[in-house]
Amino acid sequence: MGTRQFTCKHLLKELTDYLDGSLEAEVRTQLEAHLAKCPNCWVVADTTKKTIQVFKGMDPYPLPETVKSRLMKALEKRCKEARQS
Amino acid sequence: MIQSDSAPAVGELELVDQARQGDTAAFGELVNRYERNIFRLARHITQNEEDAEDVLQETFLKAFANLSQFQGHSKFYTWLVRIAVNESLMKLRRRKSDKLVSLDEPVETEQDAVPREIAAWDENPEQKYGRAEMNAILSKAIDSLSPGFRTVFLLRDVEELSTEETATALDLSIPAVKSRLLRARLQLREKLNRIFRKHGDTPIHL
Repeated sequence: MGTRQFTCKHLLKELTDYLDGSLEAEVRTQLEAHLAKCPNCWVVADTTKKTIQVFKGMDPYPLPETVKSRLMKALEKRCKEARQS
Repeated sequence: MIQSDSAPAVGELELVDQARQGDTAAFGELVNRYERNIFRLARHITQNEEDAEDVLQETFLKAFANLSQFQGHSKFYTWLVRIAVNESLMKLRRRKSDKLVSLDEPVETEQDAVPREIAAWDENPEQKYGRAEMNAILSKAIDSLSPGFRTVFLLRDVEELSTEETATALDLSIPAVKSRLLRARLQLREKLNRIFRKHGDTPIHL
């Protein structure tokens, strides 16, 4: 990106890599300099980061007991069939 | 990624080896480890509880029947996710037989501007809500995404697969995964913005 001005439009292009921590150092520095002077982009980056964090903390679905036992029975049946063949 | 990195990868491969040799208890342990994640994934892609139950069953039965085909080049979990995604999409297509469900749907390009609003969120906005309430809010938000965005988001940000693993599991290119992920994240941010923005901090439309 060189010395090119980092604009709000660049933020969108780099946001995913930035939030995933996979942005190269030079672009990261430019992006963070932009965030420091553009409140709108700062809010968008910060709230998107929080969005991801919230979803990462989401609980897995509890598995109904009947579903689990149906699966285990089907697996046992397959195992028996495999042994017999 | 944190979750998959911290998962005992060696233990997983050992279990797969044991299961291949007919050790059903080892396969049972793999089921125990991943059933809740696979169920959640299937539930979100199919948006139907019954379908998700069938997908869960089919995924593990297929994995068991095809264990010999698992080469160990990827994580067992990634392989399992790939089976579950395919099974889920088949269910979804069957239910929405009038509509073609594709992961290759075009990504709209007109939304190329940064959202214009200055409304900050609290440091841990989810703490305002109870766990069950929060899970319901998040589920509803995910369900509102289109299947293509939803599936990429679920794999990357909920199941925490890497970009490469997601691309492999969905047969998409890495740029395609990244562009769908960005759109999905921005759409979800928008939805959560309505409930998370600081009290009294109304958006300023510039």
